Amino acid sequence: MSPWFYINALLIVGSAVAAMSLRNLVHCALSLAVTFAGLALAYLQLQAQFVGFAQVLVYVGAVAILIVFAILLTRGSETSPECILSPGWLWGVGIAALTFVVSGGAILSSKLLPAIQGEVPSATVRQIGDQLMTKYVLPLEVVGLLLTASLIGAVIIAMRQKEEGQ
Amino acid sequence: MDQVWVELKHWLVGLAPSAVQPWLAALISVAAIIGVFAGLFALTTLLERKGLGRMQNRYGPNRVGPFGLLQPIADGIKSLTKEDIVPRSADAVVHFLAPLVLVVPVFLVLAVLPVGRNMAAVELDTGVLFFFAVGAATEVSVFMAGWSSRNKYSLLGAMRALAQMISYELPLILSSVTVVMMAGSLSTTEIVNAQSGYWGVFPQWHVFTPWGFAGFILFMIGAAAESNRSPFDLPEGESEIVAGYYIEYSGFKFALFFLGEYIGMFAISGLGITLFLGGWTAPLSFLTWIPSWIWFFGKLLALICVFIWVRGTLPRLRMDQLMNFAWKFMLPLALINILIAGLWRFMPSGLVRWAVCALLVVGPYILLGRALFQGRKYGVRTYRFADS
Repeated sequence: MSPWFYINALLIVGSAVAAMSLRNLVHCALSLAVTFAGLALAYLQLQAQFVGFAQVLVYVGAVAILIVFAILLTRGSETSPECILSPGWLWGVGIAALTFVVSGGAILSSKLLPAIQGEVPSATVRQIGDQLMTKYVLPLEVVGLLLTASLIGAVIIAMRQKEEGQ
Repeated sequence: MDQVWVELKHWLVGLAPSAVQPWLAALISVAAIIGVFAGLFALTTLLERKGLGRMQNRYGPNRVGPFGLLQPIADGIKSLTKEDIVPRSADAVVHFLAPLVLVVPVFLVLAVLPVGRNMAAVELDTGVLFFFAVGAATEVSVFMAGWSSRNKYSLLGAMRALAQMISYELPLILSSVTVVMMAGSLSTTEIVNAQSGYWGVFPQWHVFTPWGFAGFILFMIGAAAESNRSPFDLPEGESEIVAGYYIEYSGFKFALFFLGEYIGMFAISGLGITLFLGGWTAPLSFLTWIPSWIWFFGKLLALICVFIWVRGTLPRLRMDQLMNFAWKFMLPLALINILIAGLWRFMPSGLVRWAVCALLVVGPYILLGRALFQGRKYGVRTYRFADS
């Protein structure tokens, strides 16, 4: 665990907390973008270049912008005057901590963990591409089909609204 | 001469104690990138004003220094000493951060461009992906600038810019996918090496193949749109929304936006050169004695001149034209181009391959163009108030 990991972890957790607790929705969305970028940094620290850059491209470049669009096109960006935390937030923190402890304990006591440690796996883009086109070609096609279906669904929803408007 | 900068860097790094050598090497690369491209920015602002002036039958700046050559310095001093005004209702933190979020990524992406033989600042296995990923962060900056200013014109400009950048990113990335397929690598250095051979005296650049030519044209159109250059400068359309998303920026922050936009244009032109125009390789085999970095920057200046020329020639698009062009015309052509690249890869080389691939490029272009024009009447434009 290098000091960079802790700095990055602090960035991710801090911006994630900000994304949940800030009053202005657009500020929340921008903090979420910082969280996405921090996660990409975490992937890069794990020597996963492709996943890291794909994370930036998809999440910072597209998903964050999509969220921002959705906020601006629906609710507007007014700041709510009162605190947005619900009164039972302490319960939420307690349950989250409990879940973390349980899952962390389960992972640490797993028999598989010592087997995975040892050599650091490295995956070049070429290897990822080869695997996607040979071993994992069926899941890839299924994902493609799913995305196409959702795209067509989105277009149909948008078109119907337009006809009603006329 | 070819390796003079690389050797200079090695000599400078060698002077330092070994503990700081990696840091010093990185620092020198960063300083070189910032210095060279910022200098090029100053040169380009002058070139653009001069060139546009000539196209519009006027002189352009000619007061400061001989032939107006010192105009960029005067501009720089002016923007440095101007008052920095932040609107009272603006979101101070986001308003302050927006120019930084723009300038940092556009300089970062320059690191993977090989500006000469052995002259990429960072050799990344995933160079092209890095370029597009980090370049995508500029979209966030545009939104931050437009939203935080609390000005409806700036918000409109930001929305236009975002819609445009997201739409044109698709043809841009899909047209570069062909090159990645052919080179079999995402590394920019590998891609340039794949184009470094010669057929007789002619270079094996990707642009001299049917799929490469189509890809290059699509890429440059997408690049003009990504860097908000005319004819895709709707986000800052002066006649409608004053200056778009940076309307509320003044002084040095405005200069940073200006710088970011130009550096972004250099970066994407540099990627176009790397992907399609052979990077630093010479255009004819007997010209290889000229240093590689001269070729790269020569090509870059040529592309910048094309951008200026286009800006002086074409009128601005309308929003619906912009979207239709991206989604109905460029996206299908980019997808077909990927198929053509695959065909080119697996067909035996020869005239038949050329003919089939060229036909597949030209055919869809004509058919799609005809189909999209169907049912529309374009006659002489009539003006309501300015007639006769």
